[in-house]
Amino acid sequence: MGEKVLMKGNEAIAEAAIAAGCRHFFGYPITPQTEVAAYMSKRMPKVGGVYLQGESEVASINMVLGAGAAGVRAMTSTSSPGISLMSEGISYMAGSDVPALIVNVQRGGPGLGGIQPSQADYFQATRSTGHGDFHLLVFAPSTVQETVDMISDAFDLADKYRMPAMILSDGMLGQMMEPVVLPDPKPVEQDKPWAAKGHNNERPHNVINSLYIQPQELEDLVRKRFEKYRTIMQNEQRAEEYLTEDADIIVVAYGASSRVSRSAVDKARAEGIKAGMIRPISLWPFPVKAVSKAADTAKAFLTVEMSMGQMVDDVRLVVAGRKPVEFYGRTGGMIPTPKEVYEQIVRINGGVC
Amino acid sequence: MTEIKGGRPHALTDAPFHYCPGCTHGIVHRLVAEAIDELGVEGRTVGVASVGCSVFTYNYFNCDMVQAPHGRAPAVATGIKRARPEAVVFTYQGDGDLAAIGTAETVHAATRGENIVAIFIDTAIYGMTGGQMAPTTLPGQVTQTTPYGRDVKTAGNPIRVCEMLSTLDGVALAQRVTVDCVKNVKAAKKAIKKAFQYQMEGKGYCIVEVVSTCPTNWGMAPTDALQWLRDNMLPYYPLGVYKDVGEGSQ
Repeated sequence: MGEKVLMKGNEAIAEAAIAAGCRHFFGYPITPQTEVAAYMSKRMPKVGGVYLQGESEVASINMVLGAGAAGVRAMTSTSSPGISLMSEGISYMAGSDVPALIVNVQRGGPGLGGIQPSQADYFQATRSTGHGDFHLLVFAPSTVQETVDMISDAFDLADKYRMPAMILSDGMLGQMMEPVVLPDPKPVEQDKPWAAKGHNNERPHNVINSLYIQPQELEDLVRKRFEKYRTIMQNEQRAEEYLTEDADIIVVAYGASSRVSRSAVDKARAEGIKAGMIRPISLWPFPVKAVSKAADTAKAFLTVEMSMGQMVDDVRLVVAGRKPVEFYGRTGGMIPTPKEVYEQIVRINGGVC
Repeated sequence: MTEIKGGRPHALTDAPFHYCPGCTHGIVHRLVAEAIDELGVEGRTVGVASVGCSVFTYNYFNCDMVQAPHGRAPAVATGIKRARPEAVVFTYQGDGDLAAIGTAETVHAATRGENIVAIFIDTAIYGMTGGQMAPTTLPGQVTQTTPYGRDVKTAGNPIRVCEMLSTLDGVALAQRVTVDCVKNVKAAKKAIKKAFQYQMEGKGYCIVEVVSTCPTNWGMAPTDALQWLRDNMLPYYPLGVYKDVGEGSQ
């Protein structure tokens, strides 16, 4: 492990990817993630890597598709409207089992929206990043250090399961500076016998493809992919449980809103309210086990998001009516304050003890 | 005397083509495969199949293949080439793919001077979807979506791709060929092989536009389609070399 350095979230994303063995970055400028591209344009030539600015997000994701199909660790980084444009390519990558890393530093929407931090792309990331039946691995960091560690893991898991992985960050985490320790460098080349990089007259040709014109063949393939997804749902759920053991009221929040919620939970505890927090780290697969276990002991849930309420659907699906699930959110680039979240906790608790 | 070679090029698989009778895709596939064989690069070639009739090229070429979303073949090829600079990378694209939905990807791969080869099949019509107007549909040409003939006042004008791309600095070769007769087939082969050679020499983006027939969607017998191509396509899309950096680089 290296020494502790102070880094901006977006720059840490870039340096962590390089440490993870990524030498191919393709992207298009968009606020609030442009520092990732700027940093990559500076660093990649120094480490023998490729930084290429595409003519659009559409082109950039397809460059990632090509590089991923050729067997290297490739990535792109963008912000919300950029993901909309990339969704076609992401669907093709999922449909042809091409691993890669996609970073979304979320901003407010819909449309051009705004440039301030948001969490309004939860549905897009976990439900419908593109057409067709598929999932992405989706991870949401809440600190710069966690972002760094997560990028390394995400590349590994994307390769392991041969699927795209997404880091769902936001403008707040991207822009803030925190001390981080960068992980040890990983090898640049991984063994990928399926890759299309030239068969060297040593094997039959590899075909990276998402077209299956016979419906039965396509159904069989999608079903097989969903068996893989079931394995992932079983093995890759990640969540932080904070003061949940004896908690009456459990806040569920990820990323930037979990930082705010943690302060609110601490204040509630100081006032004698048994509050706790579950912080989903993997958004897909959703941490069903942690939330379900908590539903046995908690009296109520409060989901806090920087959106009009998206992850709350998943919480309700898991809690399944066993306990009330309430929601508090700010949107459009507004960030909830600890006081606002604390007041919600007090309200659900029926006042201060 | 020219030796007449029989048999299938090694770079073609033994999968039967699905193409319609009289379609010129088969000839062009063979020419690409012969070029790959003659240059001895099948083991390091990666082809990019695009959306349209030719999407199934991934079944027909023996080299590694990647299927790209509609129009995105140049971007996918860019990713492959940047990841594996030692690979020989080509795209095989139709007119809708290259000159409508993928115009941005084509123009920017070309102007970047990406070391890739684009084999561009221009039939002036959408084939796989059943004969709609293409960016290269001729003025007055009847298609399913120009039932009264293409009226350029409302449907716009056709694009001459080689002429347009020849203005870009990153382009090493822009040549328009056809495969309507033996002489032209031989010239097409020469152009395709040159494009692959230029890529191997790192000269830049190469495009070989093959003015082709679509007898099914043109509603013609194959021989009539070849005559229609000569009478109508070639006057609008003249054969020739629009850019060739020759011994120099881009």
